[in-house]
Amino acid sequence: MQNTIHTLKKGEKAIIKDFDIDLIPLKLLEMGCLPGSFVELLQIAPFGDPLYLDINGSHVAIRVETAREIEVELIKSNL
Amino acid sequence: MSVQNINVALIGNPNTGKTSVFNQLTGLNQQVGNYPGITVEKKMGFCKLPHNIKANILDLPGTYSLNASSMDESVVIELLLNKNDKLYPDVAVVVTDVENLKRNLLIYTQIKDLEIPTILVINMSDRMERKGITLDIPYLEEKLKTKIALVSSRKGLGIDELKELIVSYKNITNEPCLNASVIDPEYFEKLQHAFPNQLMYKLWLVITQDVNFSNLDRNEVRNTFTKSHSELKRLQQKETVKRYQFINDVLKKGLKVDASMAKDIRAKLDRVLTHKIWGYAIFFAILFLIFQSIFSWSTIPMDFIDNTFASLSSWVAEELPSGILTDLLSQGIIPGIGGVIIFIPQIAFLFLFISILEESGYMSRVVFLMDKIMRRFGLSGKSVVPLISGTACAIPAIMATRNIENWKERLITILVTPFTTCSARLPVYAIIISLVIPSKRVFGVLNVQGLTLMALYVLGFFAAILSAYILNKVLKLESKTYFVVEMPSYKLPLFKNVGINVVEKTKAFIVGAGKIILAISIILWFLASYGPGKDFNEAETIVKERFANTTLTETQFENEVASQKLENSYIGLMGRAIEPVIQPLGYDWKIGIALISSFAAREVFVGTLATIYSVGDTDNESTIKSKMQAEVRPETGGKVFNFATGISLLLFYAFAMQCASTLAITKKETNSWKWPAMQLGFMSALAYLTALIAYQILK
Repeated sequence: MQNTIHTLKKGEKAIIKDFDIDLIPLKLLEMGCLPGSFVELLQIAPFGDPLYLDINGSHVAIRVETAREIEVELIKSNL
Repeated sequence: MSVQNINVALIGNPNTGKTSVFNQLTGLNQQVGNYPGITVEKKMGFCKLPHNIKANILDLPGTYSLNASSMDESVVIELLLNKNDKLYPDVAVVVTDVENLKRNLLIYTQIKDLEIPTILVINMSDRMERKGITLDIPYLEEKLKTKIALVSSRKGLGIDELKELIVSYKNITNEPCLNASVIDPEYFEKLQHAFPNQLMYKLWLVITQDVNFSNLDRNEVRNTFTKSHSELKRLQQKETVKRYQFINDVLKKGLKVDASMAKDIRAKLDRVLTHKIWGYAIFFAILFLIFQSIFSWSTIPMDFIDNTFASLSSWVAEELPSGILTDLLSQGIIPGIGGVIIFIPQIAFLFLFISILEESGYMSRVVFLMDKIMRRFGLSGKSVVPLISGTACAIPAIMATRNIENWKERLITILVTPFTTCSARLPVYAIIISLVIPSKRVFGVLNVQGLTLMALYVLGFFAAILSAYILNKVLKLESKTYFVVEMPSYKLPLFKNVGINVVEKTKAFIVGAGKIILAISIILWFLASYGPGKDFNEAETIVKERFANTTLTETQFENEVASQKLENSYIGLMGRAIEPVIQPLGYDWKIGIALISSFAAREVFVGTLATIYSVGDTDNESTIKSKMQAEVRPETGGKVFNFATGISLLLFYAFAMQCASTLAITKKETNSWKWPAMQLGFMSALAYLTALIAYQILK
């Protein structure tokens, strides 16, 4: 299964791989959500949506339906 | 030496402390207005600089980039593209937050491409040490081709250095700091070739953005160089990537963060404030505190204002020579102004809380907490802010919907916001509740009157939520769900920012509403003091004839004349004309007059009744409440304001769309008469029906 921001668990870190540009708001790109950027899932809202992320140093919340469209590669933690 | 004027534009992302920098530069020398035709707030201020230079400082709306996705951003682009605009900046000041420098620099690189002299402000420098951040300023200045002012707007540090930089803006190079055209060289070369006299980046903005561009025929540019929406967006992504690459390269050397130093309280606070139990508990506790302050704390200054105006009225009536002018003053204008001034404490409290919640960064957490729940009703998490500020006034609340990206969610929020109990309903509720609801306590502590008021707020909230649910099912609108909320770091609200915000917002509300209320009270007074035909003009003769067989004391006679006159005045005739429609709701023609005038603004209700009952009344001392209490139905002898009529009125005011300004703002924000018309029709019908049912059951 493809990893997306939606499949991340709380506290997991990843690198953004790819997404369909037509499904992602430009504003999110401007916040630094670009292929190669670092992303960490910080918090999940009480009913599972939206998701609170650290993307490339920017703290933003997006909805699951957007998060589903953003493919990521998990960073294996060595701890 | 003469004074030289220069234009300075403050630009930057939201949450960078841009407005604090603006407040530091201008102090209270500010003017808040609107851009012509749109409701985007326009903040101008003045600042005296060294060397006899006076700066006109424009605080532009916060934006993340020059890609317009809202009216706020369009304002910024339109100004920066139009050299003939009289506010076109001689120098741009881009404000950034040292903790978010990477993201904040994106718009900086875009402004540089427009070849405007640009100063970079790195704000929140007082947090650098705590966060383990060090900056290589000379290196950054060289790479970014600018001058940098390290500022702490909270502590007022670096402001003088910034002023010096503004004064010597001519020393700053206009050269862009990167070449963005490499993303598609062939395309951009052709573009430049076709318009050799235009800036490349300007042309690019004209192609990608939906903004007015006066000097150039934009259709010409667009037709020749058009690309599909998707192709353009791909290019914009490439552009953004390119800019970030440049910024990353610069910051790699220019900015060092010692991660071990960074002690973040954000994570700890977030864990509590967005917790599935604590998060909601804290949010509702804050709401409770807000309402507590509006209902109980503000009654002290409000009572004081009320009494002051009542005694001012009677003082004017006694001291000035009697005549039409004195009557107009004591019965029309003074009660009218008093009716506006009395709102100040409540409005100020509300703006105070909202401003603190926004400044501290807490509001974004509420949006995050509430989004999923609100979406079930077709709203967005961002609808929470308008719904809360709607308790102050629907006008700023509807303007606050602008950051909801999804058009359907935004439209529904605009349509249902007027259901929330705004402060204009409060005086109506207050007086009717005090007339028809007994002031006793249940369970020892809870006051029944207070409970009724609370029930009305809950009612308004549910009416909003339920209509949103219905609208969500009925409206067939497709729109992409884009939801992006920045979660800013927590900050202690600055007293100065909060204070200025509260003063400005309250002033704007009072002046705006005040004009309408004052005009209406004067018109009402005239309509109530004059009438057509002999029923009005020969009132004394008519009363004498009617009571020919009974002896009346002088006071009784005067009262009979006054009521004969009022009934046959212009306003009396209007009220009696609509009486058949409102009789089933339990209202007489005097309440009818108040209803008519309430369609301009609901708070006029009490003022109207005050005017109607004071016209011809020689005794100015008694309060409006005691006058209303004394009103009797001629046919039955029962009180006019009995329980059934009272409840019916409360429900009518809870649901009816009685605010011309709200309709006007809905028209502006939705750009169509269809939506305000629907608001008016739906809300009025609901109000009439519920009031009718309530009265018929209770009477």
